[in-house]
Amino acid sequence: MEAIYKTPKTLIDTPTHYCPGCGHGIVQRLIAEIIDEMDIRGKTIGLAPVGCAVLAYNYLDIDMCEAAHGRPPSVATGIKRVHPEKIVFSYQGDGDLAAIGTAEIIHTANRGENITVIFVNNAVYGMTNGQMAPTTLINQKTLTTPHGRSEKNDGYPLRVCEILSVIDGSRFIARTSITSPKNIIKTKQLLEKGFKTQIQEKGFSLIEILSPCPVYWRMSSVESLKFIDEEMSKTFPLGIFKDWENQN
Amino acid sequence: MTSTEKNKKYLLTGNEACAEAAIQAGCRFYYGYPITPQNEILTHMAIRMPQVGGTFIQVESELAAINMVYGSAAAGARTMTSSSGPGISLKQEGISYLAGSELPCVIVNIQRGGPGLGDISPSQADYFQAVKGGGHGDYHTIVLAPGSVQEAADLVFDAFDLADCYRNPVMILGDAQLGQMMEPVVFNKKCKPNLYKKDWALTGADGRKKNIIKSFYPVKGELEKFNAKLQKKYRQIKAEEVRYEEINIENADIVIVAYGTCARICKEFLKKDQSLNVKVGLIRPITLWPFPADIIQKVSERVQAILTVEMSAGQMVEDVRLSVSGRCPVHFYGRTGGGIPTPKEILKKISEIVSVKVKGTCAT
Repeated sequence: MEAIYKTPKTLIDTPTHYCPGCGHGIVQRLIAEIIDEMDIRGKTIGLAPVGCAVLAYNYLDIDMCEAAHGRPPSVATGIKRVHPEKIVFSYQGDGDLAAIGTAEIIHTANRGENITVIFVNNAVYGMTNGQMAPTTLINQKTLTTPHGRSEKNDGYPLRVCEILSVIDGSRFIARTSITSPKNIIKTKQLLEKGFKTQIQEKGFSLIEILSPCPVYWRMSSVESLKFIDEEMSKTFPLGIFKDWENQN
Repeated sequence: MTSTEKNKKYLLTGNEACAEAAIQAGCRFYYGYPITPQNEILTHMAIRMPQVGGTFIQVESELAAINMVYGSAAAGARTMTSSSGPGISLKQEGISYLAGSELPCVIVNIQRGGPGLGDISPSQADYFQAVKGGGHGDYHTIVLAPGSVQEAADLVFDAFDLADCYRNPVMILGDAQLGQMMEPVVFNKKCKPNLYKKDWALTGADGRKKNIIKSFYPVKGELEKFNAKLQKKYRQIKAEEVRYEEINIENADIVIVAYGTCARICKEFLKKDQSLNVKVGLIRPITLWPFPADIIQKVSERVQAILTVEMSAGQMVEDVRLSVSGRCPVHFYGRTGGGIPTPKEILKKISEIVSVKVKGTCAT
């Protein structure tokens, strides 16, 4: 009998350190599936961020590089310029990409750097126990917004896809979620498109994935998925913001 | 300039010489941000890198520059960035990561006056930052201090070899004077970019086990083990890579310790000034880390005094005092904020040292 659902070759068969209900495991599995299906394990180099996904290099069986907080796009640039024929992606969280690394992501996109960025947005700093992220929703409670995020004191959730889509150097910008099998399949298609954008040398691609953090949202896993569908998606609408295939 | 010929003399600034030497040494990935007094490095790279099929990026910040260097080093290439004072401060985060991930690279640091925005004139006030680490954690960069434009070029060659040999960042520590002045320079050193096998580099794990470049050791005990490995490497560098120049130290009564621009001024003083009735010698550290502690200790056992001359409020003098460990008096003369010591001022300081010595003799 043939197994129709198995561990991808590129995903190391080991327990992860992720909390119950966390989305990182799903996203990293999708990456591994795509690397297997595209048969690019031997020419793919990944960047792990500072944050919950820092140990991604323990789960993906490819060459990987850790980067300082916020700096993966610059490190990825340095790698890609040396190996333009390799496929280079950075895997980043919201604090890494949209707070401390805002300059790096904007300028890397603006240079049209031919890399793929996988941006996992869970609206909270998970690794440091749940402080406000740049993408925390208005009124959302975190350790550092105990009365809820106030626009007056804390500003507004930062919409990365909307910002990057008006930058001339970006080529493929999309936001998706992993709240249902349908959305996970859609996410995989968008990630594939990101890699395809790079392989065809079209330039900078970024896929933002709305992802649950039940532990630091103080919700059950099911409530977390509902929160993404009903609340988070209002501030961060899903969709394709820029696509080189639909540009004149 | 489109290429260089062997034995031909080129009239270049120290900055241009560093940039050209890097290209000759096989560096093909340079990332920089404008800051005076090192801008000529960027402009030279912007012209030359496309000619040799290399990459030049004018980046959005020093953070981006040092992290692109991190990426290119991780990918196995010879890579360089450069800056001065405020920019080097911003790079410290990345330099710590480079040291922690054992990545080879070259950083040219053309010092200017500080603290803060300071000014753009020559200074040696960033010695501590360069030789004591600068960023977080127990680490060292190898620090080379050229005293002339020719030596700057030669040391850039050596810097790339040292970086690859030890998998460690190497800093060229100059100052505005060295960066801006023009001198004849020849590029006769051989490019040896493939001298060291980089089987640890990220190239895509085709037909081999994956490589990981990281400085994160969250499992208890792992980080201490890694630090022990780093310290072992640093001990080896200390044992094998110390470089210095000595002038007239055999029979000297007083020995000056000075590096870079200050050492040039002291050399002028040694050449010209015969009016003293004491013999003065010079030790010029070429490696500031590892520091030439042994030779300084050795001379301290027989000289009357040591004088350290710096364009700072007294930084290298601390390493001189550690080397001397009280065996002889250590005096200091320094200028700050763009002030440059003159041979006349050095003569005055030495006269003071001598007179103190004479007074001391009378008192006994």
